[in-house]
Amino acid sequence: MHIDNFATGDSLLHRLDPRVKIVVAVLFSVVVAVADRYSCLATAVCLSLTLLFLARLSLREVFLRLLVVNAFIVFLWLFLPFTYGGEKLFSIGPLDATREGVIYALLITVKSNTIVLALIALLATSPVVTLGHALSHLYVPEKLIHLLFFTVRYLQVLHLEYDRLRDAMRIRAFKPGTNMHTYRSFAYLIGMLLIKSFDRADRIRKAMLCRGFHGKYYLLSHFELQRVDVIMLVIMMLLVSGMASLQWIILK
Amino acid sequence: MHISEGVLSAPVLVTGAVLTAAGVAVGLKKMDYEKIPQVAVLTSAFFVASLIRVPVGPSAVHLVLNGLLGLVLGWAAFPAILVGLALQGLIFQFGGLTTLGVNTFNIAAPAILCYYLFARGIAHKNSSVAMALAFACGFFAILLSSLLVALCLIFTGESFLQAAKVLVLAHLPVMVLEGVVVAFCLAFLMKVKPEILGATHAAG
Repeated sequence: MHIDNFATGDSLLHRLDPRVKIVVAVLFSVVVAVADRYSCLATAVCLSLTLLFLARLSLREVFLRLLVVNAFIVFLWLFLPFTYGGEKLFSIGPLDATREGVIYALLITVKSNTIVLALIALLATSPVVTLGHALSHLYVPEKLIHLLFFTVRYLQVLHLEYDRLRDAMRIRAFKPGTNMHTYRSFAYLIGMLLIKSFDRADRIRKAMLCRGFHGKYYLLSHFELQRVDVIMLVIMMLLVSGMASLQWIILK
Repeated sequence: MHISEGVLSAPVLVTGAVLTAAGVAVGLKKMDYEKIPQVAVLTSAFFVASLIRVPVGPSAVHLVLNGLLGLVLGWAAFPAILVGLALQGLIFQFGGLTTLGVNTFNIAAPAILCYYLFARGIAHKNSSVAMALAFACGFFAILLSSLLVALCLIFTGESFLQAAKVLVLAHLPVMVLEGVVVAFCLAFLMKVKPEILGATHAAG
């Protein structure tokens, strides 16, 4: 399993202080998630596309990610145009699609993709561990950060464990299908995975106690705000507050 | 089971975030520093298990396993699911920041409920009673989760009603599948390593 797919790179956004990126990502997402005015959303689309351009990521990869994210949105498109009251636009058989319904579905699609693009540009450009580190500087509870660190650490280990178990099944000519045998085999696979991780956790705990762990995880490196971080923070905050004022203060 | 960004209304998002914050706070309080590695390694295990594609007829689904997760982790399921979903968002760009609260609650609340409803029953001496309860646990967790997702959509707007109904119905096969998998998995765990159930919350 590959984590940190987009995290390698040397763009402006890759080098930006992760604390700045997290703060901007949160505010941007919140504003876009509740916005419904076109002027605000148009600004948001421009901003997230600019961020994507600044992050210099492979557009193909980003597009593939967006496809997966839009599965739920496609599902909503099957219903919303027909269930939202309003002026009739076109009809398929007995179903009437309304203008308002189509606009509403379009609005949701734009909002959803805008947020995800901004998140890819801002957050996916830092390694997960770095983001966790940054979160600990942003007053997220320490225990939660430890949980995140340990989970990331063992994700790959357990995925290898899973691959081993899966290989063992493949060697014994296991072919998944829609039958009880498949479901039982997968259930035992999951059970085995849980048991192996349970035993591993015990070894980790003992190893940590041997090394004098007493509930504190020391972070050795610290972030330092550079001038470029401050400038970017100010620019992006101005843009996000601009979006918010387009939504709530300036009249149509 | 994930609700995408930009769909739900502000009151639904805020309610989800507040409830999740409360649940995570309780979960963290009940989880000693000693237990963090254990909860984390099991969280990774559940994360990996949720990547398995299980065939159902012509298509395939991913398991959620929140019922089982509740039985194994108890209240620690709340922070565990929060971390799992956050990582899913960071690694696969699946789900985002504003829906993190709602999505966590929709999966974690049924897990906690399963813990209270079934944790005793699955240790029943009669193995077929235990298996039936384990099936109910897996089935019920997904049923409740899909109902919560449906409610989130309906509270956002009445125009979502049809989509919400279909969503719950479409999850019926998943409920049965999860019930079967959780039943077999628990039977296996009770035979091989019964202490794994309730290990992380024995003290609380």
